[in-house]
Amino acid sequence: MDFALSEDQLLLEETLRSFLADRVPIERVRELREKACPNDRALWSALAELGITGILVPEAQGGSGLALLDAALVSQALGHAVTPTPFLASAVMVPTALAAAGGGASESWLAGIAGGELVFGVAVTELFSVREGAGVSLEAGALHGKAMMAIDACGADLLLVAVDEDTLCVVKTDSTGLEMTRLTTVDATRCTAEVLFDGATPEAVFEGVGSGIARMLDAGRIALAADILGACEAMVEQAVAYAKQRKQFDRVIGSFQAVKHMCSEMIAEVEPGRSLLWYAAHSFDALPEEAPLMACHVLAHTSEIAREIASVSTQVHGGIGWTDEQNLHFWFKRIGNARHLLGGPEALRQRAAELQGFAATA
Amino acid sequence: MDLEYGARYEAFRTQVRDFVAEHRPTRPLRLADGKRQERIAWLSLQIEHGYWARTIPREYGGYGAEPDLLETVIMDEEFNKAGVSRGMNAQGPSMLVPTLLSHGSEEQRRRWIGPTLRGEVLWCQGYSEPGAGSDLASLQTRATEDGDDFVINGQKIWTTTADRAEMCFILVRTEPDAGKHAGISYILLPMDTSGIEVQPLRTMSGGIGESSFNQVFFTDVRVPKANVVGKRGEGWKVANTTLAHERNSLNANAEGKLMRLARLMERETLGGVPAMASPIYRDRLMKLQARVLSMKHHGMRMLTCSLKGESLGVAGLVVKLQNCQLNFDMAALAIDAMGELGVLYDHTKYERERGYWQAHSMLSLGLIIGGGTAQIQKNIIAERGLGLPREPKPKQA
Repeated sequence: MDFALSEDQLLLEETLRSFLADRVPIERVRELREKACPNDRALWSALAELGITGILVPEAQGGSGLALLDAALVSQALGHAVTPTPFLASAVMVPTALAAAGGGASESWLAGIAGGELVFGVAVTELFSVREGAGVSLEAGALHGKAMMAIDACGADLLLVAVDEDTLCVVKTDSTGLEMTRLTTVDATRCTAEVLFDGATPEAVFEGVGSGIARMLDAGRIALAADILGACEAMVEQAVAYAKQRKQFDRVIGSFQAVKHMCSEMIAEVEPGRSLLWYAAHSFDALPEEAPLMACHVLAHTSEIAREIASVSTQVHGGIGWTDEQNLHFWFKRIGNARHLLGGPEALRQRAAELQGFAATA
Repeated sequence: MDLEYGARYEAFRTQVRDFVAEHRPTRPLRLADGKRQERIAWLSLQIEHGYWARTIPREYGGYGAEPDLLETVIMDEEFNKAGVSRGMNAQGPSMLVPTLLSHGSEEQRRRWIGPTLRGEVLWCQGYSEPGAGSDLASLQTRATEDGDDFVINGQKIWTTTADRAEMCFILVRTEPDAGKHAGISYILLPMDTSGIEVQPLRTMSGGIGESSFNQVFFTDVRVPKANVVGKRGEGWKVANTTLAHERNSLNANAEGKLMRLARLMERETLGGVPAMASPIYRDRLMKLQARVLSMKHHGMRMLTCSLKGESLGVAGLVVKLQNCQLNFDMAALAIDAMGELGVLYDHTKYERERGYWQAHSMLSLGLIIGGGTAQIQKNIIAERGLGLPREPKPKQA
């Protein structure tokens, strides 16, 4: 019985966190938010050298072949540092889907991801939420329609598109008949786009890959929960540090019980949240029959505690926490944007109930 | 990460399961159920097989095995699953015994530990006072020297099972001139000593539940000085061994409770529709399930830390706060899912599950307060876990 991170995992976490602190400090994040797409290709190449981009790519395709728990630790570190990267789409969701889809093309794309040369976006929102007449169809080998809130798409080379619950396509972002517009969200550290298809020809079509799509969503949800939890940790750390140095009424504010209790309530959610995340990520590889339920619960629960932490941490800072200069809003917005990226908490809990037979499947 | 217990432990689990299955039909399932002699015989048998008092040395009446946390977890799991009490969940075994092992004299250990473990002697804990709750060290019950005796005067409250206990482990002020924490002694006091008056304290749950609370009044109660545990004036330190123990021991079978709640929601109807079919109630259940899963796996993480001898750190300090609130919130949903019938109580007509959820709600609230209130827990988390400074002492007027 050993429910803990391994030495290797602790080392991965430490290496990556110090790399990010050095390479992408918050000043750099401020620069990246001004760009058309915040996902910096040079950073992606550097992450490839660390084995991060190919963390889930099999060793045969040049990846590290590690488990989702390892990818979740990376995701957590990226959330902690509010680093803009296409990690969620390119390194978690796409490799999971392509590994299930198989085939020579998939293998070469996986190798490209591991090498850091390729960046993928995913257009899968329509699997769980259809808005504004969105929806993609495949007619006579060509893509038509609209995908909204495509993740990590604007700076990507290729796009993984869900046509329906059983069918995936891979399409080049510079294809004729594909038009992409970035949709500005509150979160400048993660790019989302609208993609209009008017006869674009996909590079590959994978049919009958429903279980692969489901696995891709589970993996994405667990990794996204990790990103949110990392952001929560950073917000708690900043609130506690601020409460130790900020003085009012001739005392550091952290000596007031009201402020102490705000900090305690935040950490009392973060710590069990971390345990839930470890288990959910572990289940993905070791107990796959539990993974769909755990993926729903971990993302819904983490989103809920995060909304409270994002608010309370800002309140501990008082007025300065509300300014652009203090930087705290980068985490607040990362958390806010992530909440609905792969299904909001209400929808995820409905799905959790369906999975256990507590609700009729929609 | 490895969630298996391994072959040796699975063999141990089989042993425990067989033992429980063999004795379940003939022994008192819950210790409150049996007659005293039956209880003593059952506890003695459990000790003989090493399923109770497993790590207590043999010379003090235990089984004498080396401590092994996983064995403890397995025994708890198997007894719980079968709905059978393992050992005796009372303040004697859980608080006095560890205290005597750490601080008692050889004579005290030999005299009290064995009979306490076998249920031959029932103890109550004389700590809290009307004026000393969260600030326990401000207690005022005093013990003045008279020859070889102390003479105790004062009052205790929240004294569980004082109406039935033969003995009390009590904190009293023996050194009135010493500082707040330095003047306290930990004394073993027979409850049949003259001058002790026990008055039942009726709680909000109206007696449904496990514990009976009391107030105890002491008027010129004589106790030999030899009954002090540890040194005179060091009672605060002695008591803190077991206070730390109390905070760790407040856990609950939350997953089982959540499933019981789910079954209730499938059965109970509101406006002709099962509560489970209502998205509003169901969403609340799913929120609770995520918290239950989180605390379950948090428990596994804490267990792993303990197995490795690592400090639990701030992650360990949040357990009591979270588990107690979670229990209260589960009871709240159950009550709501029964609609207007959720308030029925005291075994009245139409009452569901013999008033379990209302009683559980009130007892959970009691546990949010007892053993260190939620607010004290938050102070501890902030100060010891996050390093925030203590509240400055108010300036003396």
